[in-house]
Amino acid sequence: MPDLSGLWPPIRLTLELASVTTIALLIIGTPIAWWLARSKARWKEAVAAVVALPLVLPPTVLGFYLLVAMGPDGPGGWLAGLWGERSLAFTFEGLVIGSVFYSMPFVVQPIRNAFEAFGDRPLEVAATLHASPWDAFWSVALPLARPGFLTGAVLGFAHTVGEFGVVLMIGGNIPGETKVLSVAIYDFVETLRWTEAHILAGGMLIFAFVVILSMMLIEKRLGKPQP
Amino acid sequence: MTEDAGVIDAAFAGRIGGFDLNVDFQAPLSGVTALFGASGCGKTTILRCIAGLHRMPGRLSVGGRAWQDDVAGTFRPAHKRRVGYVFQEPSLFPHLTVRGNLTYGAKRAPRDGNGTPPVDFDQVVDLLGIGGLLDRAPIKLSGGERQRVAVGRALLAEPRLLLMDEPLSALDRSTKEEILSYFEALHQELNIPILYVSHDIAEVTRLADRMVVLSRGGKVADGPVGEILERLDLQPMTGRFEAGVMLTATVAGQDREFSLTRLDHHGQTLAIPAIDAPDGTTLRLRVRARDVSLAIHPPTGISIRNVLAGAVVEIREEPDTAFAETLIDIGGGRLRARITRHSVADLELAPGKPVYALIKSITFDRRSLG
Repeated sequence: MPDLSGLWPPIRLTLELASVTTIALLIIGTPIAWWLARSKARWKEAVAAVVALPLVLPPTVLGFYLLVAMGPDGPGGWLAGLWGERSLAFTFEGLVIGSVFYSMPFVVQPIRNAFEAFGDRPLEVAATLHASPWDAFWSVALPLARPGFLTGAVLGFAHTVGEFGVVLMIGGNIPGETKVLSVAIYDFVETLRWTEAHILAGGMLIFAFVVILSMMLIEKRLGKPQP
Repeated sequence: MTEDAGVIDAAFAGRIGGFDLNVDFQAPLSGVTALFGASGCGKTTILRCIAGLHRMPGRLSVGGRAWQDDVAGTFRPAHKRRVGYVFQEPSLFPHLTVRGNLTYGAKRAPRDGNGTPPVDFDQVVDLLGIGGLLDRAPIKLSGGERQRVAVGRALLAEPRLLLMDEPLSALDRSTKEEILSYFEALHQELNIPILYVSHDIAEVTRLADRMVVLSRGGKVADGPVGEILERLDLQPMTGRFEAGVMLTATVAGQDREFSLTRLDHHGQTLAIPAIDAPDGTTLRLRVRARDVSLAIHPPTGISIRNVLAGAVVEIREEPDTAFAETLIDIGGGRLRARITRHSVADLELAPGKPVYALIKSITFDRRSLG
């Protein structure tokens, strides 16, 4: 029987990273998606392209630039200096920032699509019913875009869990700090510890299936109109 | 209160699509005023400007309050204007039930301290016949039911002015008929001014008191519906096939044997298929120009029962066609008759000549004008 105690820390770390990243992305991504869906600015597609870059960039390229930016001479180093560190690289906070960039298109795109899908009409109706733009955003736009938010949250979470290249570049392999699941599985395979690799890989498979299925069921239930 | 407290004063100018919009009109803050014109003449844009959904240079005041005044830099945002808006499509919120839709605007309606009682939820629901639908999802409703809910939703937001943008155009003929009767009931029960955009002259004749005729982004005429319909020069706008006039008559008695209702029109008698209305009820009748024929002697031996004596007021021949439009004074009202130019020549018709107008068909609307 192999020693399984080493399995838990990377699982916990991965769930923490994915949760924090998903929440951060919903907060940052929603205004970006709203602006991309509503703005009439000509250069908005350029912004959309920047957001979508991680879809086509090799993760090592993104990781390389992030590493430079987070190092002692980059803005990340300055930021880390605020709490007495030299660099954001090889820290949990650095991983969160990297993941936010890396998973952003998977969250912003579905939310933007959902905002675009219902068009201007529901917001105009809300305005003629005395709802201020802020009120209409919460009472009409968010509920109508809910499927987009669910898809975005699931994709953002899953994509962060599956992140490998960027993590390796900016996080390395520090147990309990930056050693996430995907890196751990790679490690186990490298060292021929197939049992542990099987447990983690199989667990991820089941986890992914359960998350997606429950999201679909929740959406079906929540889809009923409210009084 | 200023002297224009009971008036909508609107003027907008700007470019939309392929032409310039430039209109200036006043309408009373009472009754139904139709903005009438062909598709693409700018009617909807005007309505959107009044609601604040679209901004175009101009000015707008409703009941003496400036909603838009470019000189003073005033532009009241849409959600602060007390208008109800009924769009062409019902546009109900799919994430809310019918009740949720109805109360959305009611919850947000501004409460002013002058003690006006809020519009009564149950009364509106009753008038529109949507009491049985309250817990349903909008997607489960028929087209007519959805539009009724949309009207109720707009009314419950306590508007001072109801804007309707061709609310019947997406509906089939029988549903249209059903909704029109609900509108009439609403108009009688709740005294709320309505601006009604339409390209359907029959709809306008039935519902509206006044109309503003628009063409290619400009105002061509405005005034009481009856007067506008009698103007032959507006005929290209008010339509050929459906063109006609509006008469008012009072119920004078019932003929049970032949199931007819006799009407009195300034001393002359008309008969229409029996309707259930007490004597003395004022009715609004619509007579299309193509349903009126003229004779210079009292006709005998024909099936048409409604023959009114009158005199020619105006004749407008349409060059290069077979037709002429005529306006006939029938003592207190006017009829339009669409006849051939050949008949005009043959009968030697001219202004002042006495004629008999033979009316083949009359449509009426139950709404009392009293």
